[in-house]
Amino acid sequence: MTNIDVLEDKKDKLIAKRYSKEKRFILFGRLAISLTIIFLTILLGSIVLRGISGFTTTTITFDVNLDKKLIDPESTNDKKIISSARWRKITRDSIYNVLNEINLVMNGEVLSKAEQKSLVRLFSRSSEYQIKDIVMDDLSLIGKTINVTLPAASEVDQFLKGRIDQSLPEDDRPLNNIQISWIKHMVDNDMINRTFNSNLFTKGDSRNAEEAGILGALMGSFFALLICLLISFPLGVMASVYLEEFAPKNRLTDVIEVNINNLAAVPSIVFGLLGLAIFLNVFNLPRSSPLAGGLVLALMTLPTIIISSRAAIKAVPPSIREAAMGLGASKMQSVTHHVLPLAMPGMLTGTIIGLAQALGETAPLLMMGMVAFIVDVPQSITDPATVLPAQIFLWSDQPERGFEEKTAAAIMVLLGFLLTMNALAVFLRNKFERKW
Amino acid sequence: MIKEQTKLDIDNVDVFYGKKQAIFNVDLEIKKNQVTAFIGPSGCGKSTLLRCFNRMNDLIDICKVSGSILLDSVNILDKKLDLVRLRTKVGMVFQKPNPFPKSIYDNVAYGPKIHGLCEDISELDEVVEKSLKSAGLWNEVKDRLNEPGTGISGGQQQRLCIARAIATNPDVILMDEPCSALDPIATARVEELMQELKKNYTIIVVTHNMQQAARVSEKTAFFHLGHLIEFGNTEEIFTSPNEIKTQDYITGRFG
Repeated sequence: MTNIDVLEDKKDKLIAKRYSKEKRFILFGRLAISLTIIFLTILLGSIVLRGISGFTTTTITFDVNLDKKLIDPESTNDKKIISSARWRKITRDSIYNVLNEINLVMNGEVLSKAEQKSLVRLFSRSSEYQIKDIVMDDLSLIGKTINVTLPAASEVDQFLKGRIDQSLPEDDRPLNNIQISWIKHMVDNDMINRTFNSNLFTKGDSRNAEEAGILGALMGSFFALLICLLISFPLGVMASVYLEEFAPKNRLTDVIEVNINNLAAVPSIVFGLLGLAIFLNVFNLPRSSPLAGGLVLALMTLPTIIISSRAAIKAVPPSIREAAMGLGASKMQSVTHHVLPLAMPGMLTGTIIGLAQALGETAPLLMMGMVAFIVDVPQSITDPATVLPAQIFLWSDQPERGFEEKTAAAIMVLLGFLLTMNALAVFLRNKFERKW
Repeated sequence: MIKEQTKLDIDNVDVFYGKKQAIFNVDLEIKKNQVTAFIGPSGCGKSTLLRCFNRMNDLIDICKVSGSILLDSVNILDKKLDLVRLRTKVGMVFQKPNPFPKSIYDNVAYGPKIHGLCEDISELDEVVEKSLKSAGLWNEVKDRLNEPGTGISGGQQQRLCIARAIATNPDVILMDEPCSALDPIATARVEELMQELKKNYTIIVVTHNMQQAARVSEKTAFFHLGHLIEFGNTEEIFTSPNEIKTQDYITGRFG
């Protein structure tokens, strides 16, 4: 009797132990998940907090006097002459004019030379080029006074976004007291406004933070990914179909399989070196071009696509192949009619994941000269270009404060693209997945 | 009774999986318009032999078949034989219903389509209807031919697979445990169907279900460990077998 009691007691203890073990396991699991969520939130939160202001910018609206004497005194209407006019002087004179008028009303006196010099820094250094562009587009404006809205200097933008500490001594600040009081004054006069930062999406890179945009990098990424997709998808699908369905299973195919798996784990910089040696040095493809970069990314994506495609093909039940073969379909027919359509969602998912990986890749492109300061927006796959992550890397290196929010904003755009691509992968998988 | 014509003449067939021999020297004659049942414990080689008849074993790299199998006096083990042609003559129904994840119509129409058996759509429609009718499925699915073939019940799926096999108008239908995944009612339907089909086709069925073999077949072959132990009229095999092993197996003493 007592023996049985002892045994029962032991069993009870064992059961209690098993339950507590399970509870602990679940607890640890939840802990791990919450930690991940917290870190992710902190990461995303800090990026969004820094980057969200990068989507707005500060503009200054003022009158520009397009003096015919300074631009085209002989009325030639020749674009060459007009383009080499003294645009800096025209711009500065107009700015001084505007400021002096305001000062006359306010203080009843003209600004000193030193004041003028420091106040002109509130305007973007690129103002003269933009005014020139406006005139070049419409020569009839010469001789008139036009009202323009141009980006303010990045420091003004940063000041209004509260990123410049006014309590610092004047010498340590990017803006001196006169500049700050004028900014406040111009804000009151509606000369300075905060608008959506369209430059971010319509311009290439620039040394001036207020002028810099990601369009060049976006186009570069687009072209490079296009090349990558066009090369790696067909190659990857064909290679995986051949290896999975047609190739004999022997030592050679085993070696190939092992090597493909190894390639997927090769550090991406190595692919960059390979690309440098082959695409640039042997084939003489244009340096920094999305063509060369896309080829390197294709090399890098290929193993990922092959592995996921093979997995997708393997997941097609053999009974489907047997059914087709049993009806007298050739191997090729059983593959194209039945296996491929069933494996396609998996293949597409793998491809998109591979492309998303390629989109975030910087290291191999470093070797191809795509991590470079390139102002022009690339128009084709052979133009010099940079890519989004490279642009982020370059901006993060800039000392000016204005680039900090740009960096975070560009990261947000990149993450947005990655999320979109992954959502597309999920969508395609759900749409084309067929049950059997 | 009309004279029994030989449809398949299996002579001296050995099958190897790599070094392992799966079938030992089997001689067998399958008669036309009869149901022949292959019985035997698991792993005895009955499915392997069945898959020799439409060369499905070719899909397995390590599988080697020797001997001769004459289908209407043509050796189908000939290396030069066109497999596509063979498989239109020898249809197969598998253990698990395996309709394509396509519409019911496309499932049946697939064979005629790839072999170019039909001139136009109306002819194809006819073949599909005829095949589904022969498989006893027409009345159940005629209003939903465009629904996926995977969406009907298991028994219906298996009959769809039979319809698909007969759509290419074969001479022989191989059935590899066609009822093992079906419930008794669906099984009964398939068995009835086999009785119907044998008027036009020669049927070879592999089964684990002894009662089924007894119910549906004229001839029964009993295999054990790759050897053909006994072959004869089903009645004789089940009532007075010559071999002790056969006796033991059908009375349930082993297997």
